Amino acid sequence: MLSIRKLHAGVAGKEILHGIDLEVRAGEVHAVMGPNGSGKSTLAQVLTGHPGYVVTAGEILYGGRNLLEMPPEERAREGLFMAFQYPVEIPGVANAEFLKAAVNAVREHRGLEELDAMEFLALLKEKMKLVDIDPAFMSRPLNEGFSGGEKKRNEILQMALLDPKLAVLDETDSGLDIDALRTVAEGIDRLRRPDNAMILVTHYQRLLNYVTPDRVHVLSNGRIVRSGDQALAQELETRGYEWLEATAEALPQ
Amino acid sequence: MTDRLTKEAFLAAFAERDRRGVADDPSWLREARRAAIARFAERGLPTTRDEEWKYTSLAPLVATSFDLAAEGPGEIPAEATLASVSVGSSSWTRLIFVNGRHVAKLSTIRPLPPGGRVGSLAEALITDEETVRAHLTAAEDKGEGAFGSLNAAFWPDGAFLRVPAGVSLEEPIQLLFVATASERPRAEHPRSLIVLEPESRAVLVETYITLGGGTYLTNASTELALGPGAALDHHKIVLEGGQAFHVGRTRVRQDRDSWFTSCTLTFGGRVIRNDVDALLAAAGAECMLSGLFVIGGRQHVDTHTVMDHAQPQATSRQLYKGVLDGRARGVFNGRVIVRPGAHGTDAHQTNKNLILSDGVEVDSKPQLEIFADDVKCSHGAADGQLAEDAIFYLKSRGLDEMVARTLLTHGFASEVLSRLRVDSVRSWCEDLLRDRLRGGRVAEDAP
Repeated sequence: MLSIRKLHAGVAGKEILHGIDLEVRAGEVHAVMGPNGSGKSTLAQVLTGHPGYVVTAGEILYGGRNLLEMPPEERAREGLFMAFQYPVEIPGVANAEFLKAAVNAVREHRGLEELDAMEFLALLKEKMKLVDIDPAFMSRPLNEGFSGGEKKRNEILQMALLDPKLAVLDETDSGLDIDALRTVAEGIDRLRRPDNAMILVTHYQRLLNYVTPDRVHVLSNGRIVRSGDQALAQELETRGYEWLEATAEALPQ
Repeated sequence: MTDRLTKEAFLAAFAERDRRGVADDPSWLREARRAAIARFAERGLPTTRDEEWKYTSLAPLVATSFDLAAEGPGEIPAEATLASVSVGSSSWTRLIFVNGRHVAKLSTIRPLPPGGRVGSLAEALITDEETVRAHLTAAEDKGEGAFGSLNAAFWPDGAFLRVPAGVSLEEPIQLLFVATASERPRAEHPRSLIVLEPESRAVLVETYITLGGGTYLTNASTELALGPGAALDHHKIVLEGGQAFHVGRTRVRQDRDSWFTSCTLTFGGRVIRNDVDALLAAAGAECMLSGLFVIGGRQHVDTHTVMDHAQPQATSRQLYKGVLDGRARGVFNGRVIVRPGAHGTDAHQTNKNLILSDGVEVDSKPQLEIFADDVKCSHGAADGQLAEDAIFYLKSRGLDEMVARTLLTHGFASEVLSRLRVDSVRSWCEDLLRDRLRGGRVAEDAP
């Protein structure tokens, strides 16, 4: 589904990713972990097509197509979804109005008929249950004045509505209390299917208690320094990132 | 008679009219008109050297030849064409003015409860002479400016509404001012008087449109008087033609514990000047002013507000927003006066402009003049472009650039419309806004 090959990328003339290789297949959940500044968020932003990030070398194939040639909106319509670490507040645009526009943009691209107001409302009601979101949020402006937890729930609601093939979740667990974390994580877990895939970008292991990854990768200074299974995440939790950074020194450049 | 729009041309046109003894003006009105033209003669037409007109040049207006002697309503539009510019049901009261003259056969009037009246101001000179005289005399001069003087001298007609004490009108009253095609550009001076007696309530929608009007000048005055405890939702919607000039004044006088909201929406016209003057003349008055313009091409909109807190414990709020594209130009001047003794005043003013192109220009100036203690006064102003991170967020959900920009621009503008309290009026205004914002840009030509 996704092949990242020898990816070098950065922001404002500074290279942050120094050669990333990653293969994600349908049905898999990958966790990308690492300390602050390791390049986790850069990787997520490059996948989404944020204009501030520049790819200097390497390639990304998504469903066999060159992802880097696709504008962000086309990536989204082709089933790539990013749950933002910091969802943007948009005054004056009602949440439901935005969600309907997004769902219909993706449906149109897939050759499906647009949902009318009633059909959309039915779909919305069904998906809202998944993340236990207050229906009153639908008429409020998008993300404006939402708490951190509400914003993250709203991201997962969008993911549920847009039904992506590949979802990138950037620090979705940060800033959540334990109850909110459980709600959000269980929501994510229920969206797992054999025909989709997820990349969980996270600093901590705690999200992985609810969403068990097939593969765990540790990013350090812009490189994947270790890959393993769930056990690697638990080892990191106990031993800390310093342990891996020390071993990373020994890796060939 | 075709004239460049100079002071002398107006004076000559007035002299001619006065000599013929226009219509059946009562003598007090004839005197009032003469006094008004004398005030105009002293002032002359404003130039950009005049502080109040610093950013709005009337050069294109002055350079145009006008037919100042035009009489009568001119070409009458078909009734069907008015439906699309009317709010709500066709059975609601709707007064139609064509080139400043009331056209009864196009209007729909639902009678008011005893003591009330809705109709044309010219008729009210006969039926309600004392009320008209009292209010027009009280409004005389006080900050009217050169165009206010011209209006007071020339007005042929306009709307008259008197809501009797204690009566709440359920349905909005619509005033529709239509400019139609004429051989030569016309200058029209409609004047309206709205009187709400104590504890009465009403909703008013005042709309200025054109049906093939080409170049013309609308110089409109609307006087509103709110008695103690009265409440009025007022809307002024400017959909003038792409070559039209509009200079309009909304002047309200609020008595004790009265409640007034006024929203000015400006979408159409070449040069538009909106003056909104509120006098909070007694304690406990509440006044909420808002405005939104959405302009492109070479449109120019100048908004001047005066919020005069003359008495204690009154509250005022102002929210003015503009969306500018192409080479459009916007001006906002918001003056708040707190008179000596007006303690407990609570006044707030906000002006924000969204800039969609490099070619636009905005001048925003708050003026606070505070002569009392124990008051809360604040203002805020911000001009900016659409946020790139917001555009990216929407694109990352599959929306294309145009749809993302349209949504965000609509979101910016809708802060003003979302405050309109009357559902039928609000949804109608939202439709007008959507029409104006097709494709995320503001069209070159006004509707």
